[in-house]
Amino acid sequence: MSTATSTAPLGAEKADENRSLIGLRRPDHTTGLADWLTTVDHKKIAIMYAIFSLAFLVIGGIEALIIRAQLAVAENQLITAEVYNQLFTMHGTTMVFLAVMPLSAAFFNYLVPLQIGARDVAFPRLNSFSLWTFVAGAIILNISWLFQAANLLGWFNPIDGRSDIVPAVGWFGYAPYTDTAYSGIGTDFWILGLQVLGIGSLAAAFNFIVTIFNMRAPGMLMMRLPVFTWMTLITSFLIIFAFPPLTVALGELMFDRYFGTSFFRVEGGGQPILWQHLFWIFGHPEVYILILPAMGIISEILPVFSRKPLFGYSLIIFSGAVIGFLGFAVWSHHMFTTGLGTVGTAAFSLLTMAIAVPTGVKIFNWIGTLWGGKIRFDVPMIYGLGFIWMFMMGGFSGIMHSSAPADSQQHDTYFVVAHFHYVLIGGSILALLAGLYFWFPKVTGRMWQGKLGHWSAIVIVIGLNWTFFPMHYLGMAGMPRRTHTYLEGTGWQALNFAVTIGAFILAVGILMFLIDMLRTYRKGVPAGNDPWNARTLEWSIPSPPPVHNFDRTPVVKARDAFWLHKFGTVDQKIGSVDPGAHGVHMPSKSWMPLLTSSGFLVFGIAMAMKSAGVPLMGYLAITGLSITLIGIYLWALEGPGGYHLHPEGEHRPH
Amino acid sequence: MSAATEVTESQEHVPTGMHPKKLMMWLFLASDCMFFGTLISTHLIYRKIYPDVGPDPRSIFDIELTTGSSFILLMSSLFMALAVSAIHKGELKSFRRNTVLVMIFGLLFLSGQVYEFYDFAVNKDFKLTTGTFGSSFYLMTGTHGVHVALGILWLGSLFAYSYTKHFKAETHAMDVEVAGLYWHFVDIVWIVIFTAVYLLEYVSF
Repeated sequence: MSTATSTAPLGAEKADENRSLIGLRRPDHTTGLADWLTTVDHKKIAIMYAIFSLAFLVIGGIEALIIRAQLAVAENQLITAEVYNQLFTMHGTTMVFLAVMPLSAAFFNYLVPLQIGARDVAFPRLNSFSLWTFVAGAIILNISWLFQAANLLGWFNPIDGRSDIVPAVGWFGYAPYTDTAYSGIGTDFWILGLQVLGIGSLAAAFNFIVTIFNMRAPGMLMMRLPVFTWMTLITSFLIIFAFPPLTVALGELMFDRYFGTSFFRVEGGGQPILWQHLFWIFGHPEVYILILPAMGIISEILPVFSRKPLFGYSLIIFSGAVIGFLGFAVWSHHMFTTGLGTVGTAAFSLLTMAIAVPTGVKIFNWIGTLWGGKIRFDVPMIYGLGFIWMFMMGGFSGIMHSSAPADSQQHDTYFVVAHFHYVLIGGSILALLAGLYFWFPKVTGRMWQGKLGHWSAIVIVIGLNWTFFPMHYLGMAGMPRRTHTYLEGTGWQALNFAVTIGAFILAVGILMFLIDMLRTYRKGVPAGNDPWNARTLEWSIPSPPPVHNFDRTPVVKARDAFWLHKFGTVDQKIGSVDPGAHGVHMPSKSWMPLLTSSGFLVFGIAMAMKSAGVPLMGYLAITGLSITLIGIYLWALEGPGGYHLHPEGEHRPH
Repeated sequence: MSAATEVTESQEHVPTGMHPKKLMMWLFLASDCMFFGTLISTHLIYRKIYPDVGPDPRSIFDIELTTGSSFILLMSSLFMALAVSAIHKGELKSFRRNTVLVMIFGLLFLSGQVYEFYDFAVNKDFKLTTGTFGSSFYLMTGTHGVHVALGILWLGSLFAYSYTKHFKAETHAMDVEVAGLYWHFVDIVWIVIFTAVYLLEYVSF
């Protein structure tokens, strides 16, 4: 590892010139907690994203286990119907927005700058802002549990009709359930939490698109980008186009609840179905936001463990782009039973079938990558192969849903639950866990020992099938989603009991994975720079990578740059750009992103409290927005700062 | 605001040739298209399915006033373009003069909107709570007004900043240009709103 000597930070050397306008010193030399709170290093931000999202994966998983415990036997009264609604709402919202999306964001953050040969993202402080805004939104959503606890203890009492404190309207929040007449302040926590999470996601997406377009190392042409980076780009475009409709829909809902408008209120002439359209215009691209990064991860892992180049690189990228594009044209397949009319239903049915084509292309390309390869069954590969199989199973039931008549039968039954858990756990989660195993040696510099990782993959896949495969039958037998309990004699008891056992097996698998990660972090053996004999630039630098990533900006000569550097001809070796006398320019740390995001936290909680009838909360909400505004001004006035690193010695890829 | 030391600029090599801030603003505007698109669609959908419910827009709208304020907002874009051009040439005085004019014209537009809202709500009993028409009209035009107000705040901040010793025309031209992009976009959105929301009501199909 290189010893990087930092020149004195800006304050010491040229105090006047480089102090910001407000005269504050940059927190460049902070350590410990302050270091993590102020960091702009994409690698540290990625690690925080990963830790937060794994924590929420566990929380969402516990919620799911309570749901399954309730449904284990007929006419169970373990939890009340009210709590049941809260649990499935928070489970869905948590898994989509607080587990899978931020875990994908962790990979974007860690890998994109490394894969394109950059020092950091284009806007490092904005990256920190995205993280803390995500945290603020996550707190707004989940703090509702604490308010509910306070309510049970008698410390907190909302006004009449608002006493449903935890969100209980489903992750889709269908109107008119979200109206003040039918739901309490839980819906306000939900609206504000999602709104804040949307801001964080949008900021991150802008950042990554600019990073990928503008920060590529010399020679890193678009068609030489690693597929994961390509999928990040496509996902980011999906985010910037899909989130604004959600923002507007949530804004309209907020106005309905706070200011008496009638966007979705029937008594004022509003049409609840408008909510469904607006939500799914966001919601369907959202499912591709959840799966495309996973597809990118798989496209990185399969070639490495097959010792073959990715089969059909450009086809995989183009089919990813086609999936992203078509993803905006299929939202109404969530609404086949709402009475769209024959033309609309037929059109959305056809487009939904069409989206299976690029997905199938990808699957065949992955199989083509495996074909004739020298396959090594290490942990990431086992997860990766599990992804292909399980994701395909989810895809098959997806094609069934694309047929409107069939979908009318399956709508709102456990068949649908089975479908999207196969694509989200069997697809997204398996691929993300594969990615965690694949890049863990790079991030920590440590490699696991023993077979716990192998077993976790196997147990998770068994648990997944045990839990969700019987749900297909339950759905076909007519068991509806989102019902608190079911009667004896429906014929659903045996399968439900089996499903509950499966859910706990799945939980054991996730627990094994977490234990293996922790154990490897504490006691893993040194991994080396390139433990997998991999193909992309991030493996050419030390593990863990130094703060400045590359001592010298690499000059890329081909796709799979590092592979050709190791095994190609002389003219395919990675070159480098001499950093010159000024060294590597590093961005300064900052408190401002944290300050700006904290305003959203104050705003969100204050608005929910306003809805609960707590006095003066409107002023607190304005205070929150003022904190954000002040944060933005201080952010602008302090400037990006920066200092130079002079890595001693050189680390060209060997 | 201080682009001088923006870290991205230390990279000599920018594959797209476009400044990161400018690219960022274009992406934001693309995203904002979906934002306003959703708001305007909400309004048009409700107008289409309930053409006769609620007050007749023609009896409420003061189309002469709105035409006038639309013209004022359009003209502000001219001064914005002149301000951007001036900062690129390093003409600080001209930049300040034109920026002030943009802000004045923006404020004139906003006061027109405030007057319009007041007139609608107080004199014509057309409020935020007046059915779907009131809801979508006020949220959409109000959101646009907030965009204009934020633009004025932004330009005002740049204007004030230009009097500090940190401000240099050559290094801050990009910041002005990015603010200009935003301003022009907000104007274009108003053209769409003025056409689709106001003028369409006067067309007989």
